[in-house]
Amino acid sequence: MPTAHYDMLRHFADSWGLLYMMAIFLAVVFFLVRPGAGSSARAAARIPLDDNEPLDREPRQ
Amino acid sequence: MGAAVQNLPWVIVLGAGAFFTLVLSGLGQDAAFSAHMGIMAAVLGLGAIVLLWRWQPASAAPASDTTEAAGGYFDAPIRIGSILTVFWGCVGFLVGVVIALQLAWPELNFGPWFNFGRMRPLHTSAVVFAFGGTALMTTSFYVVQRTSRARLLSDNLAWFVFWGYQLFIVMAATGYLLGITEAREYAEPEWYTDLWLTIVWVAYLVLFLGTIIKRKEPHIYVANWFYLAFILTIAMLHVVNNLSVPASLLGSKSYSLFSGVQDALTQWWYGHNAVGFFLTAGFLGMMYYYMPKQAERPVYSYRLSIIHFWALIFLYIWAGPHHLHYTALPDWAQTLGMVFSIMLWMPSWGGMINGLMTLRGAWDKMRTDPIIRMMVIAVAFYGMSTFEGPVMSIKSVNALSHYTDWTIGHVHSGALGWVGMISFAAVYFMVPRLWGRKQLYSMRMVNWHFWLATTGIVVYAAVMWVSGIMQGLMWREYDDQGFLVYSFAETVAALHPYYIARAFGGLLYLAGGLVMAFNIWMTIRGRVRDERPIATAALQPAE
Repeated sequence: MPTAHYDMLRHFADSWGLLYMMAIFLAVVFFLVRPGAGSSARAAARIPLDDNEPLDREPRQ
Repeated sequence: MGAAVQNLPWVIVLGAGAFFTLVLSGLGQDAAFSAHMGIMAAVLGLGAIVLLWRWQPASAAPASDTTEAAGGYFDAPIRIGSILTVFWGCVGFLVGVVIALQLAWPELNFGPWFNFGRMRPLHTSAVVFAFGGTALMTTSFYVVQRTSRARLLSDNLAWFVFWGYQLFIVMAATGYLLGITEAREYAEPEWYTDLWLTIVWVAYLVLFLGTIIKRKEPHIYVANWFYLAFILTIAMLHVVNNLSVPASLLGSKSYSLFSGVQDALTQWWYGHNAVGFFLTAGFLGMMYYYMPKQAERPVYSYRLSIIHFWALIFLYIWAGPHHLHYTALPDWAQTLGMVFSIMLWMPSWGGMINGLMTLRGAWDKMRTDPIIRMMVIAVAFYGMSTFEGPVMSIKSVNALSHYTDWTIGHVHSGALGWVGMISFAAVYFMVPRLWGRKQLYSMRMVNWHFWLATTGIVVYAAVMWVSGIMQGLMWREYDDQGFLVYSFAETVAALHPYYIARAFGGLLYLAGGLVMAFNIWMTIRGRVRDERPIATAALQPAE
């Protein structure tokens, strides 16, 4: 019985499993190149820089 | 007064923990377990005493603490984490130099506690989990708050995660020296230490995810995706790799649930993804935050960073079998591991290019800012070791490189070059900001650190290439009658000069770490070194 499980899983992995992962990856790529994605990506890239935390805060002892 | 009330439950919990572990120490079925539980009792008891001692002056908390408590970012564990990152780094590098010397001069094995066999996991865990892990935890607290514009989910949970992880480090390190080991690569701690880490790690996940959920910034910045992948995947890897049955609930020995080649594959599924998700994904999160911050410009391509992320996590998880070429592992699994390792080259170099190109139009910072220089060399080493890795995963190359020093050289160009350098840069970035200093104690000392560390890595990696390839060639050399030309002992003797050179490379890297420790210490004390500024060419435009 364990061999049957192994075979089943192995064939699932290199058929539907592979297809599923490929589909998700391609969906991510297509989502990133959709119209209008450029400007929102540029805005997101500024997130660390727009953090207006005061650099010179109260010195600690 | 507030601090005292806050401390009281912790004192009770720590005291109860100390009592409980002391009882376990008395009931222990083997001497190592009893000693180990005794150590844990001492650590927990010490923690309770320190908290009690801090109880007295707590009514006069410093002003900056109260502003922090009023709803700003929670930086107290980040400050301690920055110091501990430097501390554990120096400890890990020191143990590395010691075991390098032990390999060159076996007389330096002082058994049983300080034998190479016990010191080696102490070194790997000290640099990977103590230095790297503390750096990751500390920077993840820093980055997630600032990119989410939100305070950590809970102060108490953050303290639990932070100190709980440090307790894990102490238990792992002392266990190795006592001879307690599961003998699983990068996962040597025994079952009870593993269970403790599982609890801490789940709390870490809740803390990080909770902070992201309560974020005020609508978009989740890419660095947090990398940190989250690191936390989530390590949880999964840790649990599966450590599925084992203790021989006794009061003993220090357990047996793996898997056996034979299944166990080997589980270990390297864990082992390689520890490299992929602990030593790569988490530190990429660091790169995607601190590099734009220090360069004062956004990452080159945000969309490339997203593709980098998804491609990396989809591919990495399959690469582990390349550690088991020409073993009892099915051939198709070995080939799968090799193919996915080669494919990994693409997202890795995409990420490297993204990091380097962040400096577009600001290449002069390479000359004027030693912290940027450190980040650039880190990313360059990321690129180099993610090229070398796929090459070494090719079966015919692996036939020569496997089990030789070449592998050790590869690991160190990634660990010293990429992980070490990006962590140093992050600490240099954070410390002046965390303590409200206008600048570091000395920028020139950052430069010294840069050159000591870089020279150390170059010596180390070059020496290991030569010795590794020589070792591989000597092992496979046949004479015309089909006999092996060299005995194993002859190949070991041939490595002696290289082992001395390797220890020297490590010593340089350790020296760099000590320079950093001094620089950070003086920065925290608020000193500024009287020195000629580095940016002599600041007024010249980049050419």
